[in-house]
Amino acid sequence: MENPEVDKGRRRFLIAATSVVGAVGAGAAATPYLISWNPSARAKAAGAPVEVNLSKLDEGQMATIIWRKKPVWIVNRSQKMLDDLASNDNLLRDPKSVEEQQPVYAQNAARTREGKEKYIVLIAICTHLGCSPTFRPELAPADLGANWKGGWYCPCHGSRFDLAGRVFQNVPAPTNLVVPVHSYKDDMTIVIGVDENGEAA
Amino acid sequence: MQGFMNWIDERFPLTKVWNEHLAEYYAPKNFNFWYYFGSLAMLVLVIQIISGIFLTMHYKPDEAMAFASVEYIMRDVPGGWFIRYMHSTGASAFFIVVYLHMFRGLIYGSYKGKRELVWLIGMTIYLALMAEAFMGYLLPWGQMSFWGAQVIINLFNTVPVVGAELSTWIRGDYVIADATLNRLFALHVAAVPLVLVALVFVHIVALHVVGSNNPDGVEIKKLKNDKGIPLDGIPFHPYYSVKDIVGVGVFLLVFFAIVFFAPEMGGYFLEHANFEPANSLKTPEHIAPVWYFTPFYTVLRAVTVSPFAGTVAMFLAIIFLFLLPWIDKNPIKSWRYRNTAHTINLLLFAAVFMVLGYLGVKPVTPELKELGTRMTEIYFIFFIVLWVHNTPSKAKYLMWFIILAGVIGLMDFIRYNPEATDDAQQIAWQWIFPIGYLALTLLLPMVKRFNDEKLVPERVTS
Repeated sequence: MENPEVDKGRRRFLIAATSVVGAVGAGAAATPYLISWNPSARAKAAGAPVEVNLSKLDEGQMATIIWRKKPVWIVNRSQKMLDDLASNDNLLRDPKSVEEQQPVYAQNAARTREGKEKYIVLIAICTHLGCSPTFRPELAPADLGANWKGGWYCPCHGSRFDLAGRVFQNVPAPTNLVVPVHSYKDDMTIVIGVDENGEAA
Repeated sequence: MQGFMNWIDERFPLTKVWNEHLAEYYAPKNFNFWYYFGSLAMLVLVIQIISGIFLTMHYKPDEAMAFASVEYIMRDVPGGWFIRYMHSTGASAFFIVVYLHMFRGLIYGSYKGKRELVWLIGMTIYLALMAEAFMGYLLPWGQMSFWGAQVIINLFNTVPVVGAELSTWIRGDYVIADATLNRLFALHVAAVPLVLVALVFVHIVALHVVGSNNPDGVEIKKLKNDKGIPLDGIPFHPYYSVKDIVGVGVFLLVFFAIVFFAPEMGGYFLEHANFEPANSLKTPEHIAPVWYFTPFYTVLRAVTVSPFAGTVAMFLAIIFLFLLPWIDKNPIKSWRYRNTAHTINLLLFAAVFMVLGYLGVKPVTPELKELGTRMTEIYFIFFIVLWVHNTPSKAKYLMWFIILAGVIGLMDFIRYNPEATDDAQQIAWQWIFPIGYLALTLLLPMVKRFNDEKLVPERVTS
């Protein structure tokens, strides 16, 4: 079988070269299929910023609006609610909002823009596995215990958040609820999904 | 007729394939009850493919129409309810027979003796089946479809660095939406079934090359008569094809009893929340996956160090099953001839798996949360104990008991926080489960009677 005239080195090189070109071609051929799974132009357009008028939101009330098909909460917090926030601090995992779960302008005790402390804006999705927690503003209900100062309770896995969306210790959720990028068009109109730096990624 | 067969055989090896896999495939003559589930799994696969094809003729994979089209199938399509209930019951039936089939492999050591690939291919089938079931469950676009998928796809979110991009890429949108429904439909009806059928084919080819194991774990090919036929073998067809028909009959009786009288199975096969259309603004009170995923779901919930660690633990729970042929290297295959401690180990593993499954459908209370942690500990320790049982006569049982009990004690010490009263109370008494497990599987065999292995016979028994 052995043919002395065969240049084995040359044959090996040709086989290796064609294999490599073939593999690169196969990889390149996968590209259109892989990128076809990215959000389409239509899905991206549907993710545009949303304006909300706050004048109809009474004190203590919560509004749920939709931005990028995600529920977003806006709560008009009373002065008592704001005062109670500090009493939760030593029960929380990240009371100072160190984790980047909010834009820099909301990295403060109220987790809002300065001067707009009343209005907390949160993405209504639990940071554990994406359920939507239930709003429980009442004080010390039987099922949540005597220390409950109002906040959110996740029915899926029992995570708890206070009225600034900060997560309690010993629950599955690892981080505070996300404050989305937002800005104020005028005193009573909030725009979610856009700020001075432009639209959210 | 003979002439026609000759005509075919000259062009396609029909007689050869028939003989190799049926008429002259010699299977051990001592198959018992446990050997029904392989053929039953194939039957369910056929039921799923046929009923599935007919469902796609009426179903609309569209965010706005999916839920209504399923109701349309249930109410307006003649026979539609029957086809759909066969498909939904078939999904659960598939997992019941596959779990029994896998446990059969475990008790008789069917992954041993050059059968590692049979086991690996089988495990891959099981993975593909889980993917298939998960994607199928999204299609009715009910509340549980939506929120269950939310939880599962967000598992990819927990991957460090690329998590958010990865889950957006999988969804094709910022949330579960039309794009997600459409692509999972494509995968559910075309891609994964193709893979499944191919894998089942390869599973059987690999099995028929090595030959079937049996309840005694005796290699029947070792002793053959002068015609080269195993002494303890009988042709698959007609002996086992006919036997399997009995199994099919019993199976179909149970299957159709469920289809006709309890298709929802009390909310376990079809969850109640799924009779409400998907609503991205309202999370159901209690999200539980369908029962066949719940053991792994409990593992996910039990590991709370970080969400990514939970996801990793869940996948590890499956990966360890893949590795069984390399963990259990004891030369004796069947539990009939292994020591008593091994039998106890396997039975406890099955029990723990079921408890994990039960916990996965229950809401979390401090007591059940701790029980989930304890069962997860036992689930993983099982694989170490299985390895220790490889050489019972030389095993250092006491040393392993102390090491493993020490690891559990250390984890308890780290977890114990007296200020969290509820959790601390549970930790303080539920250590009894893993320690009891270790006592039964590692201390008990220090008594010779529970450690003795029996002699494997030359020929199969009865």
